Amino acid sequence: MDFNTKFTPHTWPDHPEQATMEGKNKVVGFWIFLACEVVLFASLFATYLALKNKGPAGMEFTTQGLYELPLAFAMTMLLLTSSLTSVYAIHHMRNFNFKGMQTWFGITLLLGAGFLALEVYEFYHYTHLGFTFTQSAFATAFYSLVGTHGFHVSLGLVWISTLMIRNAKRGLNLYNAPKFFVAALYWHFIDVVWVFIFTVVYLMGVIG
Amino acid sequence: MSSHDTPIVAKTQAQYEYDRHHNAVHMRKQVINFAIMIFLTFIAFGMAAAGFSKYLIFPFILLLAGVQVVLQLYAFMHLEDKKTHFGGVIGFFMWMGIVIAFTFFLAFLTVVWW
Repeated sequence: MDFNTKFTPHTWPDHPEQATMEGKNKVVGFWIFLACEVVLFASLFATYLALKNKGPAGMEFTTQGLYELPLAFAMTMLLLTSSLTSVYAIHHMRNFNFKGMQTWFGITLLLGAGFLALEVYEFYHYTHLGFTFTQSAFATAFYSLVGTHGFHVSLGLVWISTLMIRNAKRGLNLYNAPKFFVAALYWHFIDVVWVFIFTVVYLMGVIG
Repeated sequence: MSSHDTPIVAKTQAQYEYDRHHNAVHMRKQVINFAIMIFLTFIAFGMAAAGFSKYLIFPFILLLAGVQVVLQLYAFMHLEDKKTHFGGVIGFFMWMGIVIAFTFFLAFLTVVWW
């Protein structure tokens, strides 16, 4: 199939992201990548749980003293909402509404950037208290886990914005539909990881 | 055009309108899923803030997180969609990932001490 075939709303397939062999392969390949990401994050979560509140004798930093629920709540709301906005983007992609898709991905980017800004503030705040990466085993485990997630968010922001810019004049076709779909899958996965971070790190940390 | 590609056919107006309506209904369901996720998040934060016993809260909020993740994977990431190609391959790899993840938790929480 010619990837640059022009479509109309009437000829646009129901599942454009999987209408070509390349699209089918891309989606299954991406899921296998996500399965590897599950393993990566599991190792970081397990390390965090094993080393939580552990460090040199007389260490003053604990999860209960450090974490603040309002900040974690704001971050959760931003990321959770950005997950819905990317669902809207894919909804518009399936309706062959390129502008709608770009708009909703743009909103997703803004929410993601807001999340990242709060995370940067949080890390800045902690390091100024003296809770730095090398301060304790707990600190290293915390920054590795939450920082790896933050790195994924930054990568997602760069990925989606690059996709939007590169395809701004092309419109929707079967060449870029799988690319947008897979980027949305990645964004949802970031949210999946965050659900566990806010539960295991922040909520369980505040309680003790 | 390869045999694995979907043939491009123009829809009739009736089919087009039907599909549009179907997509709109699907999107409404997604918004409901989102509302459930937000609701579960509120409950989880509320419980943590209320200060109940951790032996009550821990299993409960972990369960809420599990429900949220299932909603994300099946609804937002379209795993519920039976038209997803190689669904069995995807399921196999994800479950293998989860099994390996479980062994990490088992190992690190029992072997590592300070």
